[in-house]
Amino acid sequence: MPTHATIDVPSLGKIEVPTGLFINNEWVESSDKKTFSTVNPATGKPFLDFAHATKEDVDTAVKSSRKAFKTTWGNNVPATERAALLSKFADLMERDAAKLGALESLNSGKGVRIARDFDVGDSVACLRYYAGLADKSHGQTINHFGTEKFVYTLHQPIGVCGQIIPWNYPLMMWAWKVGPALAAGCTVVMKPSELTPLTALVMCDLAKEAGFPAGVINTIPGLGATTGDAISRHMDIDKVAFTGSVATGRRISIAAAESNLKKVTLELGGKSPSLIFDSANVEEAAAWVAMGIWFNSGQDCTASSRVYVQEGIYDKFIAALKVNAEKCAIGQPSDESTSFGPLISESQRDKVLAYIQSGREEGANVVTGGKKWDKSEGGYWVEPTILAETHIGMKVVQEEIFGPVIVASKFSSEEEAVELANNTSFGLAASIFTNDARQQTRVSAAIDAGTIWCNQYGILHPSVPFGGFKQSGIGRELGTYGLEAYQQVKAVHQNLTQTM
Amino acid sequence: MAPTFTHEFNHSAFKGKVEVPVGLYINGEWSTSTDSNAKTIDVYNPTTGEVLTSIPEGMPSDVDRAVEAAHKAFNTTWGLNTPGFKRGEYLIKVAELMERDLDILASLEALDNGKTFSAAKAFDVTESARVFRYYGGWADKIHGKVIETTKAKLGYTLHEPVGVCGQIIPWNFPLYMFSWKIAPALATGCAVVMKPSELTPLTALYMTKLFDEAGIPAGVINIVVGYGHTVGASLAAHPAIDKVAFTGSTAVGRKVMEEASKSNIKKVSLELGGKGSNIIFADADFEEAVKYAAQGIFFNHGQTCCAGSRIYVERSIYDKFTEAFKKTTANLKVGDPFAESTYQGPQVSQTQYDRIMNYVECGKQEGATVITGGKRHGKTGYFIEPTIFGDVTANMKIVREEIFGPVVVMSPFDTEEEVLAAANDSVYGLASAVFTTNISRATRVSQALKAGTVWINCYNELHPQIPFGGFKQSGLGRECGEYALENYTEVKSVHINISGKCGLPA
Repeated sequence: MPTHATIDVPSLGKIEVPTGLFINNEWVESSDKKTFSTVNPATGKPFLDFAHATKEDVDTAVKSSRKAFKTTWGNNVPATERAALLSKFADLMERDAAKLGALESLNSGKGVRIARDFDVGDSVACLRYYAGLADKSHGQTINHFGTEKFVYTLHQPIGVCGQIIPWNYPLMMWAWKVGPALAAGCTVVMKPSELTPLTALVMCDLAKEAGFPAGVINTIPGLGATTGDAISRHMDIDKVAFTGSVATGRRISIAAAESNLKKVTLELGGKSPSLIFDSANVEEAAAWVAMGIWFNSGQDCTASSRVYVQEGIYDKFIAALKVNAEKCAIGQPSDESTSFGPLISESQRDKVLAYIQSGREEGANVVTGGKKWDKSEGGYWVEPTILAETHIGMKVVQEEIFGPVIVASKFSSEEEAVELANNTSFGLAASIFTNDARQQTRVSAAIDAGTIWCNQYGILHPSVPFGGFKQSGIGRELGTYGLEAYQQVKAVHQNLTQTM
Repeated sequence: MAPTFTHEFNHSAFKGKVEVPVGLYINGEWSTSTDSNAKTIDVYNPTTGEVLTSIPEGMPSDVDRAVEAAHKAFNTTWGLNTPGFKRGEYLIKVAELMERDLDILASLEALDNGKTFSAAKAFDVTESARVFRYYGGWADKIHGKVIETTKAKLGYTLHEPVGVCGQIIPWNFPLYMFSWKIAPALATGCAVVMKPSELTPLTALYMTKLFDEAGIPAGVINIVVGYGHTVGASLAAHPAIDKVAFTGSTAVGRKVMEEASKSNIKKVSLELGGKGSNIIFADADFEEAVKYAAQGIFFNHGQTCCAGSRIYVERSIYDKFTEAFKKTTANLKVGDPFAESTYQGPQVSQTQYDRIMNYVECGKQEGATVITGGKRHGKTGYFIEPTIFGDVTANMKIVREEIFGPVVVMSPFDTEEEVLAAANDSVYGLASAVFTTNISRATRVSQALKAGTVWINCYNELHPQIPFGGFKQSGLGRECGEYALENYTEVKSVHINISGKCGLPA
């Protein structure tokens, strides 16, 4: 069966998984029968081949999604029904948590426990949040025109939405996109990352089982330059939502503008700073910052990749951070105790090593790590790494590394810390560690980032909005704001007595 | 050991034995009263007039116990100690259990209240589960505001749960009213002491099993069945209850509000009576208007606060309408709630039956014409024929007062101004309807009607998402929708001084 394959999954044995395109609730091959291959990042060996969606396939998917939007979805279905389907979807995902976690772990290199308990768990929570929100998006009645007219607004779904998601949290990024889009009444043409398409495809069988009409979710794996570009340029896609690099985000934005000025939302990169002030609890701060940079092996847009420490506690903090680095549970993805797996690919691994080398060359001090994990064999692990004595001019300080590398330096005053934090083209997240309440409130307001964590790092919730200032993105995901990204406001003027 | 009520159902849609714990549900356990003067309360089957079972009576001392348990839960396992999404999960779990036990709950409701099994299943129980589900979705979306301030100051509001809420519900939609009260209260984090009507306690008591199964922490929901003048009064006057919510008659609602203010000025929300005006213009879709007119008054045997109990028909179609309405009404089957073809079952009690028949007599004596009905139906149980009165005048008792039975009054009208004046000439303002195909008229009239709900080309449409409540003496506050959350929320403003200095002169 060319749309499915059988693989051997640790803890599950042999199971059949989909590898084709999911269009109109059916599995099909690509129109030219071509495929692309993927790699297991823990071994470097080939994983699965997936159908590579062509421009024609994108067209077919869009037609199917447009039809659904006009007939079986969109404004044709009461919001409570959308809510009920999303709720069912969440239930099925929860039912299959072990399977989804195992497949996510195999494809992406995440520790299987992390994949199951966090990635799947948080994805379920996201779907449930939007299931609960679907019938609670209210327009306004604007009724102060006396007897002349009556005015109200409708929050209508945008329409057919192209969604392009990355490989670092395949399932969670899928949930962040699909949840609000469906809740708002949009239909979806989804392109998962060409590195990690598997779990998005498995979710399609659950979508069908939950009862979503054909065409509501179409999933078409492929490469960015081909499938992704076809989506960004499509004249009948009303909106494109993208999570990934700034470079690709820029290309998508240009393609959207050049084609039909489709709406665009972007979640891009980050170089998020943590500011550790004198009054902070150093041990706690070090533990949070460590999780912030080494969770998911640093492959996180919000990774706490820069840390600025007030000079009085600098040495103590770096020592504590080093202890945390060396405590990371590096291991095989299939091992339940692993929380630090390999990087996603050879090229990512080499890129990270190159950055570390550039850091060395520019004068940074490698406090710990700085090389491949010695048990990597064919896989792509890089050790948790601290580069200290860095300064703002270094490449490793300016550019997003997207690996387990944190750069550290000192500051003396609050003003200096804020200036260092804001000296970046990014603005996704930041954190402040302090026990001074006024300082916390002051500095939170002063840092140019979409998420500020105070005395913690990295914790996200489906109910709290997330997104970037500056080049870290356009728009917000999660929370009620995340629903608005899939709606457009229509004002209806009802004339009662006005005459020409 | 608290007693249970067991009943064997054997009707076309459901056969099976059902057990209902009938003790007082306090702090997660079922018990009898701590008051030695407590007796038992007889629960009647309105279809036969016979006693179904006798259940323990709750007393003010039990309310005290329940309030204590509720406060303990609010301060430890509930309130702001439980994250919103977790509260939401509980509510959704309850909805799922209700959906699982749909036939059981519908059978109990039909047995206890007399409404038809098919209405109880399709409407009461189904919608009640939807209400729990709807508020389950709100629990983690209760947002305060951050109010734009300066670099010197940050101001924001918190929407906190009010605390321990007393809730008193009526007998006309026992489970549905139960869901309207409990779901939003729990969503915001409040703990509850609820008094179901002593006439129709069974579905509320069955729900205690589901709350237990869902794992809701002890003390969050407490159910005390007792009389209005004991348990109800105790809830309204209790010094340790933060808010009371009541649905019932305007007369009792007034007393609840008095007790609430005399005691600790607890917050009050009220859903009271109504005398719904159903206005039908000549350009209405005739057949639909006739059907809605019947449904508007005879749904739930007229025991609906928003019933369309006054019908105003534009004169040019009045006679034709009367004929059609009479015919449609005659086709409604009155009888056994468990028979599939029945539309209207018995009224809920002897007292209600007597009250309604008294109004019918009154109408006859005041000179109104009985167009159809006006008599008892059958020989057992509390059945009343669907009744239409014509030739009424504005100051007749049957036109001014809420009858709460299958009795409607009809009048013709000539102009829009005239009918609006007539419709608004009431101390009530709960619901009304307009039937017309003219959009401007529909909008104009809906803006002019003094009622909390205006139905345009429909009647008795209720949704968990759309607020419901009364103008004037029909109530205080709104239930359903996002608005219901306000009943169970206190707003706290937090001012954070960042760099301001005190202006006290040196």
